[in-house]
Amino acid sequence: MFESLMLSRLPDADEQLRAPIRALIAEHASGRILEQRSRSWMGFDKEFSRVLGRAGFLGLTQPREYGGAGRGPFARYVVVEELLAAGAPVAAHWIADRQSAPLILNYGTEAQRQFYLPRICRGEIFFCIGMSEPGSGSDLASVRTRAAKNDMGWQLSGSKIWTTNAQHVDYMIALVRTSGQAADRQTGLSQLIIDLKLPGITIRPIADLTGDAHFAEVFFEDVQLTDDALIGTEGAGWHQVTAELAFERSGPERIYSSIVLLDAWIAHLRANARCNEAAVQLAGRLIAQLATLRELSIAVTARLAQGESPVVEASLVKDLGTTLEQSIPTLIADDLGSHPGEPFDADLYRSLLYVTHIAPSFSLRGGTREILRGIIARGLGLR
Amino acid sequence: MSDIAFNELLEPFGRLLADVSSLTQVRAVEAGASVTNLWAALHESGFVDAMVSEARGGAGLSLAEAGPLVQALGRHLVPVPFAQSMVARALLAAAGVERPEGSIVLISPTTHGGGYRQHAVSQAQVANYALVDLGDHTILTSLSDAAVDATGIHASRAADVSWQSSPHALATIATPKGGLRPIAAVLRAAEISGAVDRVLDMTIAYACERVQFGKPIGKQQAIQQQLAVMAEQTVMARMAAQIGCAYGLPPPPNAAAVAKQVASTAVTAIVATAHAVHGAIGISEEYDLQLFVRRLHEWRMADGTESYWAGHLGRARLASYTASSVEFVRLGVSSVG
Repeated sequence: MFESLMLSRLPDADEQLRAPIRALIAEHASGRILEQRSRSWMGFDKEFSRVLGRAGFLGLTQPREYGGAGRGPFARYVVVEELLAAGAPVAAHWIADRQSAPLILNYGTEAQRQFYLPRICRGEIFFCIGMSEPGSGSDLASVRTRAAKNDMGWQLSGSKIWTTNAQHVDYMIALVRTSGQAADRQTGLSQLIIDLKLPGITIRPIADLTGDAHFAEVFFEDVQLTDDALIGTEGAGWHQVTAELAFERSGPERIYSSIVLLDAWIAHLRANARCNEAAVQLAGRLIAQLATLRELSIAVTARLAQGESPVVEASLVKDLGTTLEQSIPTLIADDLGSHPGEPFDADLYRSLLYVTHIAPSFSLRGGTREILRGIIARGLGLR
Repeated sequence: MSDIAFNELLEPFGRLLADVSSLTQVRAVEAGASVTNLWAALHESGFVDAMVSEARGGAGLSLAEAGPLVQALGRHLVPVPFAQSMVARALLAAAGVERPEGSIVLISPTTHGGGYRQHAVSQAQVANYALVDLGDHTILTSLSDAAVDATGIHASRAADVSWQSSPHALATIATPKGGLRPIAAVLRAAEISGAVDRVLDMTIAYACERVQFGKPIGKQQAIQQQLAVMAEQTVMARMAAQIGCAYGLPPPPNAAAVAKQVASTAVTAIVATAHAVHGAIGISEEYDLQLFVRRLHEWRMADGTESYWAGHLGRARLASYTASSVEFVRLGVSSVG
């Protein structure tokens, strides 16, 4: 079953990106405290993203003619892995680099490519994805935000919610209804690129339980979009969104969200010269899973590099990966709390509780655990 | 070896195993039948020297290339220690030692009084020889010189193997770096991954056949979610086994630890779901699932459980120079240090 997921090797040419990206991280992102680094790919810093863009680390998979590096998914894997391991703040460019740029390259007109891609690659414009609505979460095909065709292009009405970093970025790529009714489900949906500075758009950040406000609610009141807001084919939005999912679900960010905390805990064990068997075995268990999941993630990347869209395999790796990510704070908390005589840094405690509190989002964002398992079951021929 | 050339080996090997080690034959061996004909057929096929160098008359496969053969052995529950014999013969040949005709188990014994012993050596009742890791050196010995005591587990051909004093050496070789246990663990992980893949196939097929509440139980969302997790664990076990096999013979102990830690962990979850989906028929003697789950429980414990190898890996991680777990996973798993 799923025999396409074979052990693959990262090409040497791409491995060679490690040294320069590490040097960049050391120069521009080394002063951040543990609690900040624990934000992983939620850490937002436009200036750092621009530094990455100037150094050629954004748009690694994009063709050179659009400002990209003309490399492949493996190059991006190496760079992203180093950024996540260091807890560098990558949220600003994250969506544009991972999803929006490949989407625009695949489905955009030549004019759209020329307009957006070079600026994405330079780290000058940032994107968010408008999927969920107040009445549409996992049941994405039920979206009600509607764009109606008019003389000037499209008139957009409705709202999106839980949109990550909508309040900080420049554009949203939204899945909206352009024809038919909610009952028509997947048919009649399209993807639109929305300039978030247009009149009629209100963005309200939503505070979360950690005290951050990383997501937002976005309201559209008769927002006038030009014709070229449409990306790809009218009515083919569902198909286009589905094709994105393999990019969205297979990357190293689905196994490394708690990696900064894990390393901080291991540093704590070493600093205290603690090597009780329970802690040692816990470290070994997590490393064994991490080693295996890393190879599975690279195996999915290898399928992407072959031009395939391994949606089921990516779902499988994401479900496994987020399960590991979520187990890390729970298990580390148990370990630290079972050694009451042992002091630990306030910074480690804040990192632990931040990850503990935000971890439920790991298996919500990018497709819930239950939805992913449904996709896997379909892959097994059960649905 | 190219993929095409390799498939030319794997496919006939699968056919051979389906022929000489059908589940009917597995049942017969587990009920006490002789393995003489089975071993002879496997031995004559030449696959037993798959990992022996070409200069010494073998096919010269690396451990990574032989991995899928070992998985196939697990998938067919081959009731003789064939994978272990394959590796033992490669080690003996590399040391310039003549290979014996019979099957060989791998033993990393503990000392016991003035002697040695290992508990529950899989298929030891039907094996002929043992390669025994005595620390600084490793010996080939005949099991007819050892006490081979059945474990008493129904239908198992595993045995407790012990020697009152030092076992009689038919030949002595240098112990592979890291010892025999990591080698045995990698082979076991690969066998486990082959067997659980078949258990997954059987369980999905059953879920599609078995009708309750007017539809196949595989249409129930609760069952689908469990089978999805089972598939995930099957994929984990297979990738872990590939990691264990990736770096040649002998495998780096950390890579072996990843392989067996993950494969043994997967056994428990996979077997539990297989039983849950099959219901009562799954624990009946008549139905084939029991052949797999009994062997899988045996293999999970053999050559180190998940916690044994987690301990190994955790010590390696805490002792490593790097602050980064990603760096450790990237480089430390394959390091032979």
